[in-house]
Amino acid sequence: MGDKVLMKGNEAIAEAAIKAGCRHYFGYPITPQTEVAAYMSKRMPKIGGTFLQAESEIAAINMVIGVASAGYRVMTSSSSPGISLKQEGISYLAGCDLPALVVNVERGGPGLGGIQPSQSDYWQATKAGGHGDYHNLVLAPASVQEMASLTIKGFELADKYGMVAMILADGTMGQMMEPVEIDDIEIKTVEKPWALTGTGMKREHNIVNSLYLKPELLEQKNFERYEKYAKIERDEAMFEEYLMDDAEICLVAFGITSRVAKNAINEARAKGVKVGMIRPITLWPFPKKAFEARADQCKAFVSVEMSMGQMIEDVKLAIECKKPVYLCNRVGGMIPTPEDILSKIDEVGGAK
Amino acid sequence: MKRVTLFAGHYGSGKTNVAINYAMHLKETGFNVVIADLDIVNPYFRTKDSIEELNAKGIRLISSDYAGSNVDFPALPGEVYSLFDNTSEYAVLDIGGDDRGAFALGRYRDKILEENDYDMFLVINKYRPLTKTPELCVEVMKEIEEAAGIKFTGIVNNSNLGDETTLEDVLNSKDYADAVAGLTGLPIVFTAVTKSLAGAGDEFFKIKLQKKVFEED
Repeated sequence: MGDKVLMKGNEAIAEAAIKAGCRHYFGYPITPQTEVAAYMSKRMPKIGGTFLQAESEIAAINMVIGVASAGYRVMTSSSSPGISLKQEGISYLAGCDLPALVVNVERGGPGLGGIQPSQSDYWQATKAGGHGDYHNLVLAPASVQEMASLTIKGFELADKYGMVAMILADGTMGQMMEPVEIDDIEIKTVEKPWALTGTGMKREHNIVNSLYLKPELLEQKNFERYEKYAKIERDEAMFEEYLMDDAEICLVAFGITSRVAKNAINEARAKGVKVGMIRPITLWPFPKKAFEARADQCKAFVSVEMSMGQMIEDVKLAIECKKPVYLCNRVGGMIPTPEDILSKIDEVGGAK
Repeated sequence: MKRVTLFAGHYGSGKTNVAINYAMHLKETGFNVVIADLDIVNPYFRTKDSIEELNAKGIRLISSDYAGSNVDFPALPGEVYSLFDNTSEYAVLDIGGDDRGAFALGRYRDKILEENDYDMFLVINKYRPLTKTPELCVEVMKEIEEAAGIKFTGIVNNSNLGDETTLEDVLNSKDYADAVAGLTGLPIVFTAVTKSLAGAGDEFFKIKLQKKVFEED
């Protein structure tokens, strides 16, 4: 085990990326994500890596495409408005089946919004924020330790499936400081025979491209990609359950709201209310099986979100609308309090 | 004791908590105290978050209008110059993290050096990854001195692991702090611990942690 250190969530992402073998970072500062870039600017030059502050978010994501094409682990990070700018590049990464890590430390929106935390980029992250049929792998950390572990997991999944993995963290996760251990890990690399590394005059040229002139081929490519997505939905969904064994009301929350929800659950349980939580760790693939198992058991679901209600649609789909699903939310940079959640639990019939 | 005390150091080393508590300590000791927030790096976790407590204690706060406003502007108020015009007040200066934060000192450097009645303390935390060895800590220290144009005069050991800090963690940081002192020739002025830390004796400077921006409960 390594030694414990005190880190901001943003710093933990950067250090974990380095531990995962990422030696190329391209970014542009934006609050509340800037510490990722600041940390990389200090560390990368010392380990022979590349830190580059691009002239814009769009430039940074295109640099990511370049390094990903060469087969190296590469990342960029930003916050909501900057992630919107990167969407064209993310679609191109998807169209080229390239692995990369994209970090979104969300702030309030839409537009410039504000610098306080938010989860209102859920749809953008999970339903393909750019054009075309595609998915990103979306991981939602709920602690500084998970900011690190899911960053490493994100690189591994991205390589395994040739996809963009996105860390979707609210600003709270980026800014909060907690003790963490980030051990040296054995880097699980995969062969990348498609990478643009030079032929050495020994093979044909590799081509990394998202342009298809023949519609039959482009259709075929989309079909193949969706077979891959089906496999990922089957194999890679991650979630945590909290006090669900006898729960009649199921809270659903990720990131910072899942921590607030835990406090609320503990208070409600002390009063004898049978409430528990499913915390999706992967937002895509959404952990549908966890919900199928609880749809008959629970009498109501409450989606706790820092958005106007985005994940709630996935909850309804996952339980096939068998039970009512309610929304408990704050937006614009506000965080629901345990009291907000407790009163919603009362409202939906959890009162003892 | 010097009239002006500056707290600088690595990003996230705890400068603001230490500076506010130091200002309160000076006030309680009977001095006329002003505290200035010179952070131009971080829009969160600012001296101004504690404005009510500072005002209640009669400590004058100098802070940018933009601090704590969610307007992400690196700005310094003109009022900072009053620190050097009114020498009847004891001044505590909270400097932004790393060399990037210390650049803000450049415009006040000449006044500070001319008066020559200051201490600049390096706030250190063994448990921050980018200053985890004494050598790395000294590297950051030199970058700050270069940006500020002012040399440090002492060290504040603020080694902690946040809410999980134990007395053992603090005691285990002594060798590290001594090594930084050895490498720099600077004295350790005090070791800070939170008031809530069980078993910490009077040899420590006890600090009350300021409210976090994102409280969960």
